[in-house]
Amino acid sequence: MHIYANPTRFLSLAKWLMPLLFWGGLVLSVGAMGWGLFVVPPDRLMGDTVRILFIHVPAAWLGMGGWAGIALSSAMLLIWKHPLAAIAARAIAVPGMVFCAICLATGSIWGRPTWGTWWEWDGRLTSMLVLLFLYAGYIALTQATAREGGSAKIAAIFGIVGAVNVPIINRSVVWWNSLHQPPSITAGKSAIEATFLVPLLVAVIGFSLLFGAIVLMRMRALIAEEQVEARLRRRALDGDAPVVTAPVMEQA
Amino acid sequence: MREQLNQWDFVMLAYGVGIAALAGLILWAWQAMRRAELRRDATRRR
Repeated sequence: MHIYANPTRFLSLAKWLMPLLFWGGLVLSVGAMGWGLFVVPPDRLMGDTVRILFIHVPAAWLGMGGWAGIALSSAMLLIWKHPLAAIAARAIAVPGMVFCAICLATGSIWGRPTWGTWWEWDGRLTSMLVLLFLYAGYIALTQATAREGGSAKIAAIFGIVGAVNVPIINRSVVWWNSLHQPPSITAGKSAIEATFLVPLLVAVIGFSLLFGAIVLMRMRALIAEEQVEARLRRRALDGDAPVVTAPVMEQA
Repeated sequence: MREQLNQWDFVMLAYGVGIAALAGLILWAWQAMRRAELRRDATRRR
C-alpha cells in the first residue's frame, strides 16, 4: 500500500484503472437495472415493487461501505500516516453521501406502496438517516479543515467514531422491531431466489465499480488542487506571486 | 378501504431518482477533476 504513497505513482495507476472501473461498472449497472426492470418476474408478495431492490440494495451497500472506507482510510492516516489516506477519505465522502441519499429515497418510494407510508421512525430507517447526517458533517469538517489549514487528524477521528453507526444499521432489523425486512443475505446463505439474487449481485458489483471510478476521479481532483496550492505557495515564498495560506502537498 | 396504487409508477420514480442522482454525481466528479487538472497544468506552464 505504501508503494502508492507517492502521488505520481498513484496517478499513473489511477489513469488506467479509472476508465476500466467506469466502463465496466456502467455496463454491469445498466445491464442489471434492465434485467431487474424487464426480465425478472414480479415477486409473489411484493409484486412489481421488487424491481426497486436492484437500485436500493446496491445504494445501501455503498452508503455503508463508503463510511467503512472512510474509517479504514482514517485509521491508515492515524496509524501509518499514509499521505494519500486523508485524500482517499475525503474522496469517498461525497459519493458515499449520494448513495446513502439514493438508498433513503428509493427505500421511501418502495415503502409507500408496500407499507402504506413514505417514512417510519424505526431502527433501520433512522440509523440510515443518521449516516446521511454523519456524511454531511464529515464533508463540512474536511472542507473547513482544508480551507483553514487545520489538521486532518480531527476529521480522521470523526471518521473512525462515526463507523460505530455502520454495525448499528446492519443489526437494527434484528435488535428492534422494524417494518423493514430482516437480512435476506447473510454469510454463505440467502433467502432470495436465484431469479432475483443473480441480477442483484450483478447490480452490486456494477455499482461498486462505478463507485470506485468516482472515488478515483475525486482523488485526482483533490491531488491536483493540492499541487496547485503547493506551487502557488512556493511562488509566494519566492516573492513572485500573492501569498496563499493553505495546506501544501506537492510530490508529483 | 385499501387504495389502489400502480406499482409501476413507484418503480419508475425510484429508478428516475436513482439514475438522475448517479448521473449528476458522475458529471460533477468528472468536471471537478478536469477543471482541477487543467488548472494544475496551467500553473505548471506559468
